[in-house]
Amino acid sequence: MKSIAELDEIRKKTQEQISLRSNTDGIRVIVGMATCGIAAGARPVMKAFMEEISKRNLQNVTVSMTGCVGVCRLEPVVEIMEKDGSRVTYVKMTAEKAARVVAEHIVNGKVCIDMTIGAAEEKK
Amino acid sequence: MQLYRAHMLVCAGTGCTSSNSTKIMEEMENLLSSNKLDNEVKIVKTGCFGLCAEGPIVVVYPEGAMYTRVSIDDAKEIVEEHLLKGRIVKRLLAGEKEAEDISKSLDGVEFFKRQTRIALRNCGRINPENIDEYIAFDGYKALEKVLTEMTPEAVIDTMKKSGLRGRGGGGFPTGIKWDFAAKQVSDQKYVCCNADEGDPGAFMDRSVLEGDPHSVIEAMSIAGFAIGATEGFIYVRAEYPIAVKRLQLAIEQAKEYGLLGDNILGTGFKFDLEIRLGAGAFVCGEETALMTSIEGYRGEPRPRPPFPAVKGLWQKPTILNNVETYANVPVIILQGADWFSGIGTEKSKGTKVFALGGKINNTGLVEVPMGTTLREVVYDIGGGIPNGKRFKAAQTGGPSGGCIPTSHLDTPIDYDSLIAIGSMMGSGGLIVMDEDNCMVDIARFFLEFTVDESCGKCPPCRIGTKRMLEILERITTGKGETGDIDKLELLAKNIKASALCGLGQTAPNPVLSTLRYFRDEYEAHVLDKKCPAGVCKSMLQYTIDASKCKSCGLCTKVCPMSCIIGEKKVPYVIDQAKCAKCGACMEKCPFKAISKV
Repeated sequence: MKSIAELDEIRKKTQEQISLRSNTDGIRVIVGMATCGIAAGARPVMKAFMEEISKRNLQNVTVSMTGCVGVCRLEPVVEIMEKDGSRVTYVKMTAEKAARVVAEHIVNGKVCIDMTIGAAEEKK
Repeated sequence: MQLYRAHMLVCAGTGCTSSNSTKIMEEMENLLSSNKLDNEVKIVKTGCFGLCAEGPIVVVYPEGAMYTRVSIDDAKEIVEEHLLKGRIVKRLLAGEKEAEDISKSLDGVEFFKRQTRIALRNCGRINPENIDEYIAFDGYKALEKVLTEMTPEAVIDTMKKSGLRGRGGGGFPTGIKWDFAAKQVSDQKYVCCNADEGDPGAFMDRSVLEGDPHSVIEAMSIAGFAIGATEGFIYVRAEYPIAVKRLQLAIEQAKEYGLLGDNILGTGFKFDLEIRLGAGAFVCGEETALMTSIEGYRGEPRPRPPFPAVKGLWQKPTILNNVETYANVPVIILQGADWFSGIGTEKSKGTKVFALGGKINNTGLVEVPMGTTLREVVYDIGGGIPNGKRFKAAQTGGPSGGCIPTSHLDTPIDYDSLIAIGSMMGSGGLIVMDEDNCMVDIARFFLEFTVDESCGKCPPCRIGTKRMLEILERITTGKGETGDIDKLELLAKNIKASALCGLGQTAPNPVLSTLRYFRDEYEAHVLDKKCPAGVCKSMLQYTIDASKCKSCGLCTKVCPMSCIIGEKKVPYVIDQAKCAKCGACMEKCPFKAISKV
């Protein structure tokens, strides 16, 4: 027999698992997964995001994919879309960088300026 | 805990299952594992989305992209394009014709935008075979609240204040029914659920049981607490195999979690549920017949009073509510009576689920606030009539209800307004008819159904409806006599006044309401021996217009009776004595020279 506390525990746990079906107002991690992105290694990047999010038990964060945005030379490209619709675009991503983005940007709200598309363009 | 980045919801309701959704799900599983996506994407079996005309339906989250008419061959494209590369397969999206927008998601589809889903809240959102998902969407929270914070009186008071009325058709206030039963003093009381959905074309209850069985179980436990009952029965038709299976599974899961049985949630409250299968008799949807059937006897009704709330199952106080009614209960408890009574009209609160069928584009299931007009349901949500035909009438309430003609398209739908225009809410079947439907034939169809389903206990229903059917058969075969219409009306009124149960009392309704709005069609059949809609075969003739006929001979090739005679350069002629009136020649003629009159 389950107690009310146990029921609440189940509720909380399952909510985390299915939150992506009801929640459209959280932070979205969008990974470019066109041919160019996949060739440049987008899949391990996406996996790293999922692992980090799962490890930290973050809610209201979903990982989704998108096609080619047209800057194939900077792939893998990852966009972080905030609740208000504003975006930050990270380029030339790796699994290690993904972990940093989760820790600094998603958790602490501090954009990793050095990895953004603006920084990459300036270096040229 | 495994975190998935995408959930793929595949509809496993009866509609989509019959168009192969189980196979599609298997194919998706294979494709996911061959593309090594099985750790990233989760496949979830879910209940009816309501857009049955467009099934099988697959929805992919987090995008909320809704794919319609998915075939096994499409599975590969969805997996390889959407799930692997993140490109939504636009060609399969719902409503793709109107929308260029790639973010077209569930909430963006016109069909869903105008709905308020309370009873159907979890259908198409959760996996009905997984109690945890129900719990996650506030499932069993209402039971928790009732058992720990409320008294039975407070529960009944909330139900009364909410204004919830029986969704099975009668529209009796649920709270008052519960109050009657609660006030009875007895060693045993029962809570029953009527899931013997029998109206032709109605499948609201089936969809709730298939898509969200736990909501009914939770509500019945709440009812048990409110009236002081410890046992309940769900009477469901054996013709609903998927619903029965999921219900059984749900009861087992609830027992395992201690949400049914002794000492529920450690509060000392005891409640248990059993399923009883109906064998498909329409009369067993009538409350007294249903309870007689649960007791193990032949399903026949008995006179009321005493009402079931006083003497029901095995002579003990019993409440009997419909599936949809129960599905509303947990939400009312959680959100409060004021919230619920804020939806709907003055005397009909909340929403109603309708099963749209007949001549309508979006065949399926919709839930709208009471007071929504028929026009909104048929045109805005239902997508209008196919092939540019004209709306003629909508039949509500099945064999017990009546027709709503064009002139009442803007009537707000609620219990009382429908009765005022000679129809009734009924359980929620809504069959749309266009200009090609003959109203006399429709009345005959429904009467044939009730004659077939009459249990035979009382003479008005057993003999009276049979006589009515005979007159209607006469009229529709061109043998109607002057005075037949008056006879029909007289018989109808007498049966209504004297039949024993609801089945007989409402059986003449389809005839009375078609007589009220389409009397001219009856008169055309009887006096002119013509069927204006061109449905009643014995009153129509197919003829070839000699000036249009090019003597191509195509009609002779398709005629199954070989009764079209002609030769080159001479217009063809149909031998009326032999013609079976199948219409094959008319369809085939490239010059539109053949018409029916």
